[in-house]
Amino acid sequence: MGLSAAAPLWGPPGLLLTIALHPALSLRPAKASAPPHRDYCVLGAGPAGLQMAYFLQRAGRDYVVFERAPGPGSFFTRYPRHRKLISINKRYTGKVNAEFNLRHDWNSLLSHDPRLLFRHYSHAYFPDAGDMVRYLRDFADRLQLHVLYNTTIAHVTLLKDRLAWNGHYFILTDQKGQAYQCSVLLVATGLSVPNQVDFPGSEYAEGYESVSVDPKDFVGQNVLILGRGNSAFETAENILGVTNFIHMLSRSRVRLSWATHYVGDLRAINNGLLDTYQLKSLDGLLESDLTNLAIVKDREGRFHVTLKFFLEEANQSADAITLPQDDNDNFAMREAYDRVIRCLGWNFDFSIFNKSLRLSSGGEFSKKYPLVRASYESKGSRGLFVLGTASHSVDYRKSAGGFIHGFRYTVRAVHRLLEHRHHGITWPATEHPITQLTSSIVRRVNEASGLYQMFSVLADVVLLKENAAAFEYLEEFPMQMLAQLETITGRNARHGLFIINMEYGRNFSGPDKDVFFYDRSVGHTEDAWRSNFLHPVIYYYRHLPTEQEVRFRSADWPLPRPTAIHHIVEDFLTDWTAPVGHILPLRRFLENCLDTDLRSFYAESCFLFALTRQKQPPFCQQGYLRMQGLVGTENLRQHGVESGLLRDYAAVGKRQEDSGRRPGDHEPAGHPLAPEPPVQPPDSNKEEL
Amino acid sequence: MMSSCLSVCRVGISFVMMNIFYKSAVDSLPELSPQKYFSTLQPGKASLAYFCQADSPGTSVFLEELNEAVKPLQDYGISVAKVNCVKEETSRYCGKEKDLMKAYLFRGNILLREFPTDTLFDANAIVAHVLFALLFNEVKYITTLEDLQNIENALKGKANVVFSYVRAIGTPEHRAVMEAAFVYGNTHQFVLTTEIALLESIGTEDIEYAHLYFFHCKAVLDLTQQCRRTLMERPLTTLNIHRFIKTMEAPLLTEVAEDPQQVSTVHLQLGLPLVFIVSQQATYEADRGTAEWVAWRLLGKAGVLLLLRDSLEVDIPQHANVVFKREEGVPVEFLVLHDIDLIISRVENNMHIEEVREDEDNDMEGPDIDIQDDEVAETIYRDRKRQLPLELTVELTEETFNATVMASDSIVLFYAGWQAVSMAFLQSYIDVAIKLKGTPTMLLTRVNCADWSGVCTKQNVTQFPVVKMYKEGRNPVSYAGMLGTEDLLKFIQLNRISCPVNITSVQEAEEYLSGELYKDLISYSSVSVLGLFSPTMTSGQINMLQLFQPCCLPDTKKPEITVENLPIYLRLQKPLLILFSDGSIIPRYKKTILTLVKEKHLDSLTPCWLNLKNTPVGRGILQVYFDALPPLPLLLVVNLHSGGQVFAFPSDQDVTEQNLLLWLKKLEAGLESHITILPAQEWKPPFPAYDFLSMMEAAASRRSTREGPECVKETDVQESHEEQHEDKPAIRDEPTETLRIKHWNRSNWFKEAEKSFRHDNKEL
Repeated sequence: MGLSAAAPLWGPPGLLLTIALHPALSLRPAKASAPPHRDYCVLGAGPAGLQMAYFLQRAGRDYVVFERAPGPGSFFTRYPRHRKLISINKRYTGKVNAEFNLRHDWNSLLSHDPRLLFRHYSHAYFPDAGDMVRYLRDFADRLQLHVLYNTTIAHVTLLKDRLAWNGHYFILTDQKGQAYQCSVLLVATGLSVPNQVDFPGSEYAEGYESVSVDPKDFVGQNVLILGRGNSAFETAENILGVTNFIHMLSRSRVRLSWATHYVGDLRAINNGLLDTYQLKSLDGLLESDLTNLAIVKDREGRFHVTLKFFLEEANQSADAITLPQDDNDNFAMREAYDRVIRCLGWNFDFSIFNKSLRLSSGGEFSKKYPLVRASYESKGSRGLFVLGTASHSVDYRKSAGGFIHGFRYTVRAVHRLLEHRHHGITWPATEHPITQLTSSIVRRVNEASGLYQMFSVLADVVLLKENAAAFEYLEEFPMQMLAQLETITGRNARHGLFIINMEYGRNFSGPDKDVFFYDRSVGHTEDAWRSNFLHPVIYYYRHLPTEQEVRFRSADWPLPRPTAIHHIVEDFLTDWTAPVGHILPLRRFLENCLDTDLRSFYAESCFLFALTRQKQPPFCQQGYLRMQGLVGTENLRQHGVESGLLRDYAAVGKRQEDSGRRPGDHEPAGHPLAPEPPVQPPDSNKEEL
Repeated sequence: MMSSCLSVCRVGISFVMMNIFYKSAVDSLPELSPQKYFSTLQPGKASLAYFCQADSPGTSVFLEELNEAVKPLQDYGISVAKVNCVKEETSRYCGKEKDLMKAYLFRGNILLREFPTDTLFDANAIVAHVLFALLFNEVKYITTLEDLQNIENALKGKANVVFSYVRAIGTPEHRAVMEAAFVYGNTHQFVLTTEIALLESIGTEDIEYAHLYFFHCKAVLDLTQQCRRTLMERPLTTLNIHRFIKTMEAPLLTEVAEDPQQVSTVHLQLGLPLVFIVSQQATYEADRGTAEWVAWRLLGKAGVLLLLRDSLEVDIPQHANVVFKREEGVPVEFLVLHDIDLIISRVENNMHIEEVREDEDNDMEGPDIDIQDDEVAETIYRDRKRQLPLELTVELTEETFNATVMASDSIVLFYAGWQAVSMAFLQSYIDVAIKLKGTPTMLLTRVNCADWSGVCTKQNVTQFPVVKMYKEGRNPVSYAGMLGTEDLLKFIQLNRISCPVNITSVQEAEEYLSGELYKDLISYSSVSVLGLFSPTMTSGQINMLQLFQPCCLPDTKKPEITVENLPIYLRLQKPLLILFSDGSIIPRYKKTILTLVKEKHLDSLTPCWLNLKNTPVGRGILQVYFDALPPLPLLLVVNLHSGGQVFAFPSDQDVTEQNLLLWLKKLEAGLESHITILPAQEWKPPFPAYDFLSMMEAAASRRSTREGPECVKETDVQESHEEQHEDKPAIRDEPTETLRIKHWNRSNWFKEAEKSFRHDNKEL
């Protein structure tokens, strides 16, 4: 789609910026050299770029996506090399709740169109990468997203302009020299540069990106694989049956995703080599820092592993280089290899960004990703956001932000932020009376997919209104930006707030943790804080924490110390709707934070309170006194009388001496009942006692 | 009120328990060699030592109990130690055989007593025995009535006696008495017995575990006279005894001449109410006599004061002769009580409830939190196994929703399977479906939002339950009535006709007003409104008619209040004039009131009628207003919106226009005293919540002290494995704490009391 074709789609510029944009617009036809302007430019039509395009399109924003390939999702046309996606495509959960089902659909993007769910594109639990390409193409086409294909942005610079939204424009230049001027730049280019480790002989290693995927090419060979991620294991899996042996070498120990709860670590579907290693079938894992090694090629073209140190002191011909086995004749890697394969992952491509953008990596230890804030905005230039896989520095090795099932939500969060910043649209929220608080939280923790996938990154926020009579419910806010909540969302947090997060147990996840230890599950509500499996945690703050408090929080806390905290006990079925096990303790927590009574009452109880007390509980105020009391049926009333929570007043008249509890009560003897409010005037109980 | 003081005590008690627990973790039992131990003994200081063989097992039940007693004993200045008998140092206290080890109590280095370990069977017994040994002079142990009489006679005019019976030495009750004796042993003579016969001989009935009497001997000057006795009616706990003795020490009767609202005595601090007997100059002597009599009756249960009305600056209602103050900060109640027994019963009934609640609190604190106290949630839970005839309504899904509501006029109930209130309403909804079965009406459908979350969000349903009516493709109308069968049925029936009904002829209008038009629906509507419009009027004005929802107007012809319609009456914000009756209304009453209404005498009130036959919960209301159900019919004024006073039309007067009018005038002039004031408390959390924050922080600090400052080596797999799962759920090693964020200040007075309790301590 060319620019001219997209012209009718130019929406009216944002209200705030009419003045700023006006000169640019009027100048455009006259001065041919002025680059065409877009409010939003998205780099890359992969999943994250398309996801952002979708939200911009739905909001009616002026945007374009640049894609160097002729179609979307070009990464998936080649990768993964062995074509099997390890993101699950779980088509059956036994539930019909679409939001809940997204918790187990790791491939779909978010949209209003139920046809654009990945389960319609593949039946495989681990689908083929080709299906992803097909899916992304449909997503772009069916939603009519504005993507400029075959457009390689070669260079991005900054143009200062006081009137621009962010004080500058981003100037993008494509391969033909065509320039584009953008108010906001959304970088969704993924990780595209294969990671290389420099050591003597590294040139002998074939890269994952180009190595043969035909097992026949490896028959009877000794293979050395450098790296220990999913690509390394995926490569090994493919040739396991035909090689003599595979040795896998990397700096650190293997990280199993079921132990770390991080989907980027080694998935069980790829771990065949662990099995054969531990079952003594010649394959094996070794730990060593690659930068200390060297690979030398002998006359037969086979590869020997030695130390860089030997190479430096030698200065001799290849044959004479010292090998470790010369000193230690039982050196593990003394056998020569036929092939060395490098599977060391990818890095972000920083090369197209001009220095003035100050888009830098996170330093020595995280060169992989550009440095961004928890709001996904670059630390170097305002208005530049990093989306998708490239934004994973925020939750690397923690949550799912580097993967479709995670970044589809963080992209939505960025979009909500932009909507407020540039278009004055406050972060979407629903407002409810306080009596709905428990239900609102229960609903979300049971179905929300964003909270579940992006645990400890995105959290729901409850903003209390004055006197805690009502509240606003905001979904999926980037919780590390808590201190800036008011500026980001445009909403008011003056009267206290709750944060609803999902968390694994504090000491449960890690590469060396035994996640199957006996007694790992917690069942009692009073032990809920020791829950190990993913479970909802609710933080209560009387005041919005400051930036300092967020930054200098305790090391193992995702948020600063709250006024109070509640854990909903972990649940084997991830179904937190048990009336006594889950909902009741949650209500007690909320009641004690708000210092009120959040119980629900039948109309008859409200009637009694209305004529015997000057103040009414919130439930009666919100319902009964507004003529919306809950009447209840005779059958339920009977249960209430049996439980002791309701009284049978008709019977009071008949047998005044013997009302209240009866021998037939099912309550264990001695257990107190609280049929009346806790501070009921004593007179009302007189007949009972 | 009384009961809220209870939560104070509860917080207080748990505060003590927590305190004991945490300190005990710190003040653990020191282990010393005999030589080392004897070198630590200080002159005058008491010390309890358990001698055991060095090779005996490190833990035993006894040691655990001893460990628990360390902290309480330290509070009384008594140190505790475990002495390991090593071979090199022999001591005569080291027994020969492992099984015959004993504990010894020393003062300085003088041996006071030795205890075989089986007498010290638990922490209570340890504390009780040790204090008993140390307080030999302060606490006299007796076995016969004669002993008691001797002590009583000896102390007449000198000191008071605290006499207690406990079932056995070493019981928790015994410990409580000893702890009290530690504090009050100087001021009062403590006497203890375990002989049940002795107790029977002084005329005690219903002997259970323990009893405690206060003998008022100090005031007795005539030696032939018996000391007055006051029985403590509460269980023997340290706190209760402390409170009891404090009230015994307080003056029996105080005269005051200030606003009772401002008066405070030790009783209020101890959670006991105050009773003011209102006195006038003319009757001062008699009033004082009455007040003294009442004071003796209420000793230990309430504080009694004589309020001198004549020197009082504030006004109190003219007829009030008793003022009752339940609690600090709560408005006092002015009462007219003609029988002294009524004063007593009022206080005692108050006490009774408190006592029951406190008992529950003492041992049920943990389970309470986990017991459902939401009546809706509990009833739905109890009903969970019943099959509802859900098939009478159509379940809609994401696929069928739009097509269904477009195709036919539909009522949709949006609910969530896990949400109790909406599930309770679902039952009423099914009842509506049963009633409408076979009648042509709207399609009754439902959407479970727990399943079809997207449908509900699209229909703007974000809370449950919600009922909407979808009609002829127009914007859906939300149902805003009572969530019950009858009102919903009415809503559905009335919506069968268009609203407003377009009437084009006079004849039609007459039929409408007489109920001829839409005959079958007349039973569902309570009010008919006829608007007259000229053809030139705008549709906006015509739409105004729709605002006349019948619910907005109370029915003035038959003003019977019911559970369903009370909110309408309350909206008028006027005091209610309620006629309570059991069954049909007496015509005389009706006529009187209607006349007054007609003559506009009742404009400042909302007159209404409550029929207990139709609204049995009215009995519950009368029980709050009166102690016992009064004879009906009964006319009451309930001032709900300003002050909460309830006034009763005197039962000895005839309900005539004249009497009623006079009474209302007196009411207005403030000349009538109310029978009660409705409590104005806010609705607080019924129970505390688990304080996970404290638990997490306690665990974290334990971990950090254990690990120390140095880092754990990463390679040390062995170690990290041990560290890894120390938070195992199976090992619960700290008390479950509860949370009352805003309530800490409430427990302050208790902490103060605690402090003074401790300050009284002197070192032994």
